Amino acid sequence: MTYLDFNASAPMSDAVVDALSAAARVCGNPSSVHAYGRKARALVETARRDVAACIGAAPDQAIFTSGATEANAIALRRCGRSRVLVSAVEHDSVLKAVPGAERIPVLADGVVDLDQLRSMLADGGGGAVVSVMLANNETGVLQPLDTVVAIAREAGALVHCDAVQGPGRVPVDMAALGVDLMSLSAHKMGGPKGCGALIARDVALLGAETQGGGQERGLRGGTENLTGIAGFGAAAREVAGNLARMAGIGRLRDEMDTRVRALAGDAVIFGADAPRLPNTSCIALPGVTSEAQVMALDLAGVAVSAGSACSSGKITPSHVLTAMGAPAALAGSAIRVSLGPDTMVADIDAFVDAWARLAARVGRSAA
Amino acid sequence: MANETDNMPIYLDYQATTPVDERVLATMLPWFTEKFGNPHSRDHRHGWVAEEAVEEARGKVAALIGATAKEIVFTSGATESNNLAVKGVAEAAGDDRRHIVTCVTEHKCVLESCHRLEERGFEVTWLPVRPNGLIDLDAMSAAVTERTALVSIMAVNNEIGVIQPIAEIGRLCRERGAKFHTDAAQAVGKISLDVNAMNIDLLSISGHKLYGPKGIGVLYVRRRPRVRIVPQMDGGGQERGLRSGTVPTPLAVGLGEACAIAGTEMAGEADRLRMLRDRFLDRLREGVPDVHLNGDLEHRIAGNLNLSFPDIEGQDLMMRLTGLSVSTGSACSSAAVGPSHVLSALGVESRLLHNALRIGFGRFTTEDEVDRAAAMIVSAVRSQRSASQIYERA
Repeated sequence: MTYLDFNASAPMSDAVVDALSAAARVCGNPSSVHAYGRKARALVETARRDVAACIGAAPDQAIFTSGATEANAIALRRCGRSRVLVSAVEHDSVLKAVPGAERIPVLADGVVDLDQLRSMLADGGGGAVVSVMLANNETGVLQPLDTVVAIAREAGALVHCDAVQGPGRVPVDMAALGVDLMSLSAHKMGGPKGCGALIARDVALLGAETQGGGQERGLRGGTENLTGIAGFGAAAREVAGNLARMAGIGRLRDEMDTRVRALAGDAVIFGADAPRLPNTSCIALPGVTSEAQVMALDLAGVAVSAGSACSSGKITPSHVLTAMGAPAALAGSAIRVSLGPDTMVADIDAFVDAWARLAARVGRSAA
Repeated sequence: MANETDNMPIYLDYQATTPVDERVLATMLPWFTEKFGNPHSRDHRHGWVAEEAVEEARGKVAALIGATAKEIVFTSGATESNNLAVKGVAEAAGDDRRHIVTCVTEHKCVLESCHRLEERGFEVTWLPVRPNGLIDLDAMSAAVTERTALVSIMAVNNEIGVIQPIAEIGRLCRERGAKFHTDAAQAVGKISLDVNAMNIDLLSISGHKLYGPKGIGVLYVRRRPRVRIVPQMDGGGQERGLRSGTVPTPLAVGLGEACAIAGTEMAGEADRLRMLRDRFLDRLREGVPDVHLNGDLEHRIAGNLNLSFPDIEGQDLMMRLTGLSVSTGSACSSAAVGPSHVLSALGVESRLLHNALRIGFGRFTTEDEVDRAAAMIVSAVRSQRSASQIYERA
């Protein structure tokens, strides 16, 4: 089986599994003051240091959550700003975090429309928070966050960045980017599911979303997910190593794109002209539904997806591709191929061979 | 409890958290490694097998409390479950039901959620408890009206282990048309619960309190008659839209296995723990006759004691008990200084309020550990008393 759905979930390395298995055998509650509790607390704080460090932040800026969905909810609902602007290609957990959030459109290449953002903030952004993701989960398109931050800062708005697809694929430095809030997900970067983090330039910006025992500096009640956090920390320690392999992965992806285009002249690769993550390609084969392609590929032993994992199985076309101006039929014929740090040439060959047979069956020939 | 290699103290804090049962861990590990798919990926086998595993776990959780799988919502833990239940039901209730009933000895996450609702204009009745820690059903009956949206009463208290009359409360709520939520984090896997027999509408479960992993919990939400609830976390629409976010497959599988084990072993385990607890209490009373038990002994889970030692300074006592991991109250408030809100609510007199120890026994507690722990406490209390007598005489 060839797995090319790393943007949905990434497998964990032995080091990560070792870290979380060891943590599963530590029985203390991190809030307990006795020896067992202190041992658990030490695991949490080591992980906090390493997770923060992987995006250039300090440990006291990081709040552990149950995942990016919760981190996004806290960021947008509890940052003290009542006006919320979100890019049209954000993940559902950002789009739906606050009812009535205003949508910032994107251009055809998937990049946020900076002129529109400027005019939306023209009448003052002092009461606003702007949420723009680092990289899109479906297309891999990278957003010009430095410019987003400059525009927002000028208007007095805060900036939140859902960066779940970033670490280990592109360099992420929160301070250099200048964003105020950043969400991370452990399982998108080689850690376990059920754990995420919200990193804040200043946690005093935030209020609590989940009331409880006062954990995570009162911002997020609930006993810490010890195995998840320990695994998250271990995954964070592998970010630099994974990043170093991304140049090669980017070349593999580019080669895959070239071969796909050569097999079907009308294939569309969304966001190909914009800066993209090196591991992601969103490929449409007009006239063949996403589901049919995904199933044919699955039968051939290649796992890809028809869009984001949470919405896979849904019939509505991708809101991301729609926002980029793709007609429903074209959006409905797209698949997402996402590579991991260990993806090999043979994996890409397996995908391209299976895709070539599929394209040939529907009468495509080389351009 | 067997410790790895290091010389750790005896662990008697099973209400703070429980170790992950090795059998549970064994079922979890494959889902961390080779079976890593996202359970919401409908497009390939990696996703399908993960989804099947989550659904199997959902069935195991449901079976333990007499529910159906569709009524089980996975969350990040009991705190999130309690927040979702209390705020979610209140927000979904009509304008004619703007009243909540809870109890002063609830866990902080329920109390704080109710405070949040109070700030938003809901009326909240904070029921007291009797000196034994149990709810007064007459007071409850007087408080619950046709205007009550939700009654939230915990099944088992986390500090004193007392078991509330859940079936009676459930019957009362059903009669009055109020929804009944119970925080059962300390009860599930310890005592038998049946959501239908007890008329429970919503029930919170914590993985790490029943030998499962931390970071996973459940909210049971009744489907017939349907409980309406407003989600507190939006996003990918997982868990029937009630709780967005990727379900962590290994943690869900672990919780399912923990529930399955509890279902078969619960009764025998309770008998064993009751024997250990009584043995411990006997030894302690031989050495310290004036030890005081906080909370009812009869209506109590087998694995909990909460004891006060007259005229002893609690912090000093803890400092002498270096070979023992117990707590002075709930884990979340371990670092807090004030007296326990639970013991205060019981009306525990002040000379007993600041020296309470919560002692929790569990699956891996041995007879030898219980004997050594009792001896340590007896010796610590005696030496502290003789030290203070010397001090007073001087």
